[in-house]
Amino acid sequence: MTEMVYGAVPMRTGDAVLPRWWRTIDKWTMSCIFLLFGVGLLLGLAASPPLAERNGLDPFYYVERQIFFGGMAMAVMLVVSMMTPDAVRRWAVVGFLITLVSLLLLPFLGTDFGKGATRWFSFGFASVQPSEFLKPAFVVVCAWMLSAGQEPGGPPGKTLSLCVTILVVALLVLQPDFGQSALIVFAWGVMYFIAGAPILLLMGLAGCAVLFGIGAYSSSEHFARRIDGFLSPEIDPRTQLGYATNAIQEGGFFGVGVGEGQVKWSLPDAHTDFIIAVAAEEYGVVLVSFIILLYSVIVVRSLMRLMKERDPFTRLAGAGLACIFGVQAMINMGVAVRLLPAKGMTLPFVSYGGSSLIAGGLLVGMLLAMTRARPQGEIGDILLRRGR
Amino acid sequence: MIRTPLRPLARILKAREDGEDPGLIERENRRKRRDADRDRKRLRAQGRLLVLGLCFFAAYATIGVRMGILANVEPAEPKVASAGQQIVTQRADITDRNGRILATNLVTRSLYAQPHLMVEPERAARELAALFPDEMDEERLRGWFTGERKFIWLRRQMSPEQMQAVHDIGEPGLLFGPREMRLYPNGPLAAHILGGSRFEKEDVNAAEVIGTAGVEKAFDEYLRDPAQGGAPLALSLDMTVQSAAREVLGGGMRLMNARGAAAVLMDVHTGEVISMLSLPDFDPNDRPRPLASGNDPSESPLFNRAVQGVYELGSVFKIFAVAQAMELGLVNPDTMIDTKGPLVWGRYRIRDFHDYGPTLSVKNVIVESSNIGTAHIAMDIGAERQKDFLASLGFTKPTEIEMVEAPTGKPLLPPKWSEISTMTISYGHGLSASPLHLAAAYSTIVNGGTRVHPTLVKQAGPQNGERIISERTSRASVDMLRAVVTEGTASFGDVVGYEVAGKTGSADKPKPTGGYYKDRVIATFASTFPASDPKYVLIVTLDEGEDTIGSMPRRTAGWTAVPVAAAMIERIAPLLGLRPAVEPSQEAALIPANL
Repeated sequence: MTEMVYGAVPMRTGDAVLPRWWRTIDKWTMSCIFLLFGVGLLLGLAASPPLAERNGLDPFYYVERQIFFGGMAMAVMLVVSMMTPDAVRRWAVVGFLITLVSLLLLPFLGTDFGKGATRWFSFGFASVQPSEFLKPAFVVVCAWMLSAGQEPGGPPGKTLSLCVTILVVALLVLQPDFGQSALIVFAWGVMYFIAGAPILLLMGLAGCAVLFGIGAYSSSEHFARRIDGFLSPEIDPRTQLGYATNAIQEGGFFGVGVGEGQVKWSLPDAHTDFIIAVAAEEYGVVLVSFIILLYSVIVVRSLMRLMKERDPFTRLAGAGLACIFGVQAMINMGVAVRLLPAKGMTLPFVSYGGSSLIAGGLLVGMLLAMTRARPQGEIGDILLRRGR
Repeated sequence: MIRTPLRPLARILKAREDGEDPGLIERENRRKRRDADRDRKRLRAQGRLLVLGLCFFAAYATIGVRMGILANVEPAEPKVASAGQQIVTQRADITDRNGRILATNLVTRSLYAQPHLMVEPERAARELAALFPDEMDEERLRGWFTGERKFIWLRRQMSPEQMQAVHDIGEPGLLFGPREMRLYPNGPLAAHILGGSRFEKEDVNAAEVIGTAGVEKAFDEYLRDPAQGGAPLALSLDMTVQSAAREVLGGGMRLMNARGAAAVLMDVHTGEVISMLSLPDFDPNDRPRPLASGNDPSESPLFNRAVQGVYELGSVFKIFAVAQAMELGLVNPDTMIDTKGPLVWGRYRIRDFHDYGPTLSVKNVIVESSNIGTAHIAMDIGAERQKDFLASLGFTKPTEIEMVEAPTGKPLLPPKWSEISTMTISYGHGLSASPLHLAAAYSTIVNGGTRVHPTLVKQAGPQNGERIISERTSRASVDMLRAVVTEGTASFGDVVGYEVAGKTGSADKPKPTGGYYKDRVIATFASTFPASDPKYVLIVTLDEGEDTIGSMPRRTAGWTAVPVAAAMIERIAPLLGLRPAVEPSQEAALIPANL
């Protein structure tokens, strides 16, 4: 009766968005990301004043910008992480098409900021690097293709995704941007691996890579010099790498003290590619170990969560996103400690850079969306299979 | 893999019999197969994700460990240059035979400016210009310091006082870099031998010092070789002797109004050059610029007369003809030689300083220095044999002494070794050689007859080369040379107690236009001492010296080079550790009387 008089109590079908999000999100990973961003701000306070001074700006100009863009990145991350994998996929496909077109337009509308590679669109107050936004969208699109290819009667996903990869890499190499192309290839490789690449093929590819490396070493002088420089124990102390190594050594375990570091004055890329050297000098190995720990928690924990995931698309996309994020950090830090040959690559969330921050937020938001806890049909397995 | 059939016939038939839809069975089997496939793929993906996760973990751990190791390493001293081509600043010292320093390094400071670090560029420019009024211009400095440049060299070297004065300006943009400079503490004493040095590659914190001349250049590689561990290079020179010789030679050159002078003192057994001088000389700490092209380089103080200067040395060559003739058995010291003059050969006439009568013994040909007699002996020897003999003494090639200038001291030989050349060369005309050549050849003649190669590097013991003449010939030659001093043209050279033996040579200087000057003479005294057991050869050469004490200027070597050489032997023989042999000669005189 009551219902007939006053109308039915509004019933919710399903859960409220925010509580469900909070229940299912990977809180460890998300905390690590917030911590990383905080560390990035802390290091920005140390590393960017010299740059600001050189450019005749307020000392903390870049820190303020970092806070502004970081706030946007966090917002983007939270919003994206609330989407379902299907929604992520839809938006990613749209985003992928947009970024692809903007990549195509780069040669005509882009600027190179005098660095010799046309990678940016300049919008007065900020500049955007489309390839940063392309990466997460690309991973999701490829994951979609590969997972669709696994369905009986599905499209030839592996071939399609390989074609997309080649197209994107070709566009990036034209800029030229070998670092991002390598990341793209790596992400595709990881997803192909998880989607079930034959072991023989993988071994064959590894063999080819080794052969190619040897061939490049013996034929290309430039390449050989880079590798020799990497392999030789002596290092030219006037290069960025030399300064970075020296900074790490100066810092020791507990650093020289906040604001006491010298390397930020001599390194042009102290706030981006070599921010880890600034961290090592001023705060010592303690902070660097903490940063490494944060990255490894994000990557390894995401991968572990994805192991339970039963939906092939979610699994592939999540793994690709986690790996592309992790390997970027790995390359950046590996270069600074001379485990890898020199290659410019930013440290996600820590290095300064507006568009890379927002793109990072996008990427991590997608990753969080993929690693959310979902019913995986385990109960059904138990009940149904046991029954038979 | 055993696949379950989609339509197992037994079940289908049974279903048909029961009237059920057999399609259901197929559908169920399809679903099972798909589930199994999906499970297989999921398990594989799980395994691979685990592998990936482990890889990432391992990689991060490696980076962390590596970071820890790096941080644990003491920071290397900031190095100066790029890896691979570091500037080697260590240059070994050069010492004389007794270890006294001839060349060493001194750390001074260079001065450079970094305008972007400057606080008061205007004041810095003003005060710097006041400190170095000769070199720095205030206007120009101000332009530099307020301009765009980030780095400006101001001064290569500074004394400590100058550095303190610049430091007191108190300008942080004026900076000092260490700069090792080469120092020659003895000044001009061995200037020609040492040569000089300059900066090559320059850097803020170091500069490379390289040799530019002399021993410094000849041994440049050795001196800079880090493998030597900075061990000094010991030369054969004796600085005490060099110093005494320079004093005497300089005084003699002034007294005799000579344009230049050279002296070489050589150990006859080792070929070591104990002392070598060329005057006028220079200070290698402030090496003068070479003369502009067009001028005669031999007029420059940089010119080393003893090594680079090739002269017709005159009668000092006579002993070579006589020694060779004795060695060949053509003559002995008492053989009488035709000295009737003048000797006419084609359109040439060979004269003597005096008329010595129709004949002279070979010994007296040397003692009296008869051109005609020597020419006759040379004719007996013949052109081929003379040429070979002089070549074996080293007169046809530059000396191989360890100086970069050595190859420029190339002897001038007659284009065609004709008979008249044979005759003139026998008394030292028509063949030009350096005083160092002469010293080596005399050493060979007097040391018992073995070839001597001149060297500037300290030797461990006698360096006996191939035998050129027999010991008997050598002995006879020394006796004749001794007679020149006791009885002949070099009577001023008889230094009491040191038994000087030698031969004078006075050669008219050739005109650049051809022919010879009548009043310009290269006077040479080639001597050896002590005659009883020759240990040293001393060559003294004066360029256009003349003794103007008498009514007529006297230019022959007996009046100019010989007294200078005698004064020099008087000074240096005691320094060389030779005992004056005064007593033995008296005994020698007494012994025959007792018999």
